[in-house]
Amino acid sequence: TTRGMLSDSRVFDACENRKSKAPKKSRIKKTEAVREEKKSPTDFRLSRLRRDSSGTSRSNWKINTMIMKTNNSIYLCRQSLFPSRNSCSPVQFRNSSFIHIHAMKVKVLSRNPDDYVRETKLDIQRVPRNYDPSLHLFEVPREYTRALNATKLERVFAKPFLASLDGHRDGVNCMAKHPKSLSTMLSGSCDGDVVWNLTKRECVRTLQAHEGFVRGMVVRFCGTSFFTVGDDKTIKQWKMETPGYGEEEEPLNTILGKSVFTSIDHHQKEGVFVMCGQQVDIWDEQRSSPIRSFSWGVDSFSCVRFNPVETELLASCASDRSIVLYDMREATPLKKVIMNMRSNTLCWNPMEAYNFTCSNEDYNLYTYDMRYLDKPFTVHMDHVSAVLDVDYSPTGKEFVSASFDKTIRIFPKDSGHSREVYHTKRMQHVISIKWSSDNKYILSASDEMNIRLWKANAAEKLGLLAPREKAAVNYSQKLKEKFLYHPQIRRISRHRHLPKSIYSQSKELRVMKEARRRKYGLLLYPYHNCLPYSGFLFSTLPEHILNTLVCNSQTTEVYTLQYVYQ
Amino acid sequence: MGETHQIQPPTRYWERTEEDGKNDGKKQKEGDNNEQTPQQNNTRTKKGGKRGGKRGGAGKKVISGKSDPFPGSAPVPEEKLKKFRRGVKGELPPRPQYKLRDVVIRSEAASDLAQKQNARYDLMLPEDAGFLEGDEDEDTCTISQDDIVDAVDITAGAKYFNLTLSQFGPYRLDYSKTGRHLLLGGRRGHVTCLDWQSKQLMCEMNVMETVNDVKWLHSEALFAVAQKKWLYIYDNKGIELHCIRKFNDVLRMQFLPYHFLLATASATGFLQYLDVSVGKEVVAICTKAGRLDVMAHNPHNAIIHLGHSNGTVTLWTPNQREPLVKMLCHQGGVRSVAVDKTGTYMVTSGMDKKLKVYDIRAYRPLQSYFLPAGASCLSLSQRGLLSAATGDIVQVYRDVWGIPVTKPYMAHRAKGSVWGVHFCPFEDVLGVGHGEGFTSMVVPGAGEPNFDGLDANPYRSAKQRQEWEVKALLEKIQPELIGLDPSQLSQVDHSTWEQRHEDRVQVLGFDPLAKEKFTPRLKTKGRSSSGKVEKRKKQVAHEDQRDVIRQTVEDRMKIDKERKEKEKKKAAAAGQKSALDRFRK
Repeated sequence: TTRGMLSDSRVFDACENRKSKAPKKSRIKKTEAVREEKKSPTDFRLSRLRRDSSGTSRSNWKINTMIMKTNNSIYLCRQSLFPSRNSCSPVQFRNSSFIHIHAMKVKVLSRNPDDYVRETKLDIQRVPRNYDPSLHLFEVPREYTRALNATKLERVFAKPFLASLDGHRDGVNCMAKHPKSLSTMLSGSCDGDVVWNLTKRECVRTLQAHEGFVRGMVVRFCGTSFFTVGDDKTIKQWKMETPGYGEEEEPLNTILGKSVFTSIDHHQKEGVFVMCGQQVDIWDEQRSSPIRSFSWGVDSFSCVRFNPVETELLASCASDRSIVLYDMREATPLKKVIMNMRSNTLCWNPMEAYNFTCSNEDYNLYTYDMRYLDKPFTVHMDHVSAVLDVDYSPTGKEFVSASFDKTIRIFPKDSGHSREVYHTKRMQHVISIKWSSDNKYILSASDEMNIRLWKANAAEKLGLLAPREKAAVNYSQKLKEKFLYHPQIRRISRHRHLPKSIYSQSKELRVMKEARRRKYGLLLYPYHNCLPYSGFLFSTLPEHILNTLVCNSQTTEVYTLQYVYQ
Repeated sequence: MGETHQIQPPTRYWERTEEDGKNDGKKQKEGDNNEQTPQQNNTRTKKGGKRGGKRGGAGKKVISGKSDPFPGSAPVPEEKLKKFRRGVKGELPPRPQYKLRDVVIRSEAASDLAQKQNARYDLMLPEDAGFLEGDEDEDTCTISQDDIVDAVDITAGAKYFNLTLSQFGPYRLDYSKTGRHLLLGGRRGHVTCLDWQSKQLMCEMNVMETVNDVKWLHSEALFAVAQKKWLYIYDNKGIELHCIRKFNDVLRMQFLPYHFLLATASATGFLQYLDVSVGKEVVAICTKAGRLDVMAHNPHNAIIHLGHSNGTVTLWTPNQREPLVKMLCHQGGVRSVAVDKTGTYMVTSGMDKKLKVYDIRAYRPLQSYFLPAGASCLSLSQRGLLSAATGDIVQVYRDVWGIPVTKPYMAHRAKGSVWGVHFCPFEDVLGVGHGEGFTSMVVPGAGEPNFDGLDANPYRSAKQRQEWEVKALLEKIQPELIGLDPSQLSQVDHSTWEQRHEDRVQVLGFDPLAKEKFTPRLKTKGRSSSGKVEKRKKQVAHEDQRDVIRQTVEDRMKIDKERKEKEKKKAAAAGQKSALDRFRK
């Protein structure tokens, strides 16, 4: 048999010589082939024995004998005749010995397909991995593309509206969460009082609690009863259980107050609740008169809240534009901060309970640190009308606000702007808002008699997730974070559709802010910039005060203005 | 006894000396002395903890009282870790920015963990790369294919084969991305594709026209053929899907798999990009450089390299009408170009019979070789082997960018003059298309031994391929992102920020981030005399520079101290007598 012979380009210079004398095709004469079965494919040692026919190293003809060495026995494999190559002397012939044995080691990639494909159709496919970065080209651009896709998909799947609970025959004024049951929720309207089952999205119980508005309601910490206050100056305590067949719907307790109450909150651990109207009253459940009353000034109060961690502390919003802090154990209020405009409600951060956020009439929300009331921690802008209610998520990282501009906005607790805005065509002024205790849902009660159920994360998939699904969600979340500041991704992730009126109004406010900045030459960061009435502050200020303020008020010193003014 | 014999336990059990054993015996004898034993145990655990260091769970004691001699997880070799390092660790932000600092620390810890896990996983990879070693005096280039085939197992041996196709040659060829499928295009119109491992023919046809080049598209379902006039796309049954008349006189093609772009170079001097996922032409660039028949693409950054008849090599992206870089590489025309997969080296061969290696990150020549016949085709394998075809001989070189090579690693004579060479991905195989057909040649050590199943899996099923295709299409990189540095997208854009800051300063009329200038306070009782004020000013002057200077001085002192210690050690070591010193004169 004749086979192709290897070329002999050993040295570059030698190649040139060889070019002129084209290598002849060699003949390999196979004289004998004794082959032993190899023990394993890894036994690749092959020894070759070359014999010099004339006994010198520079002969013309050599006999190449293939020998395979196994278990110390030598088998003659093949004897072949090679033409010698005069240009490149075969260095194999090191000495003049007649026979020289030498070895070649070779390994060629040879994969067993059984290691890489599944055995039966019932198995899952095998996916061998190699994390070598050189095999994963374009890592960053591909990740960027994935992040872009994930951002787009998030916007595609952003369908936050879940359900609307209708059944009230008047605007819904207040809501209360159940401390023990996720599926139970209470709502009070301008005509009565309703208990809802959220999983079935149906009304479980209706009771005529008060004549006129139900102003406030709260579930006792144990979850067995709840309190309602109404415009008829009464406080009523109700059982959570539905009355049995034939039993009459009657309150456990009824207290007749002296004036109209606007808000109620219950202590976290004890049988004590607080109400506000013309003053802040602390009531014991066992008594028919308040155990303590606080007042600072003569105005009425709109909201009062117990601190969820330091349980003896209270905060209230008064209609004289102030927020007052109280300690239940003391006879007098603790602290007071007066703002530019009235705050409607406030909510304590459940995790960092020294912080609270109040929703203000000047379109903004203000987060204060209770210890440093001289200036707000953060000002949250974006609403284009008065903010009516606020509620924190149970994680304390975000809060949701309801506004007169018919939208709901979700703010991260330390960000000046909202991350999300919810609105529908039919939703009117949102009066009350609650974030559910499992951090997943938001409930909004609005003027037009509906309670709406929203997802807290608009694009979140509800229900159980398979582990791989969860991993994929986490991965895309991380990618989105990583590439958040790239302009294209940022643009898509921030894009929200707004009703035309809100869009134009926010644009107008932006123009006003810019105009004010130009006029006064200072950054009105961020206290007054959305406030349409704030211009008067400066115009009424004495010249010298304004000058000093301008000097050192590049960023935050503007806050002192309110005190100067007062 | 407790104090005098508190000996650290040996790190290896066989290191335990006799003395130690004796002590143990003694201890057993004095077993009634109960107070000593727990004390000793205490010190032991303490030391064990120290030895274990930060690796956690150090020196855990078991019931028998012994402590674990190898506490914690096994250390990962530094070299392995280095392989998986991405980017460089930046400095931590200063302490006042505690939130950012926290984020940086946490993300760095996560990436460290990932790096370590990757390095650990590397130990479990199933395959090792191939190799070929001759005897100490033997050159590997003299070993023939037959010898190799005889030596290796039967499946690997079957990878050396010849296809005698003498009628329609010479042949150009292309392997698919997984390395399973082979596409052959004969100059006189013969186009065929086959699963070359099982030797299963997928299609065979004659397009009855000159074929200039053939190229697989993203998967083995589609391939492009550059014919005499236009560019055609066929599927793997040989059915003509598209005839793209916008692409005329194409001579060479390159496919960018992650961008789904088919780049073509034509005889009229046009470089055109076709987006194969939507079938649209992305851009057509007139290179103004005449006939373009030398083309390569850099797999690392998807930049197209074109070789020209005046000896220059130009680099192109679809985003720019001008070449990014123009390099004069050869005295005569450029015959062939190849770029390695890390995007570091470019190998060119020219009419001046030279083979040159360039570092294309720095555009610096590294090596220049003289090949008597000159190389007509070049190809680089995944593990950096270079094949060069000179006439009818294919030579394979190893590590051409390292120390200058004098001999080829392997050589093989084809039956006709070589028209195209291509290394098969993930296999130790070099495909050679020549005048008399096709030769598949075994080149040990050419292919990457371990593939990644999610990227290119030679053993994937049809279902897996479909899934991969969808995913690959989803993460198709846009052509605008092609640039010299593909990782630029992950770097902080300082220049834009600076520009924006400048604009802001201009609008505001002051720099909101500037440090306030120090104005000394007015003090009474003659302490605000001009001299005193100047003195106080001087005290705070150049505060920022002072810190830097202090730091550098400290660093220098540290280095000096280390150097001195090293010298001291050296001197001490020199002072010691070794056994070989007795032979010194």
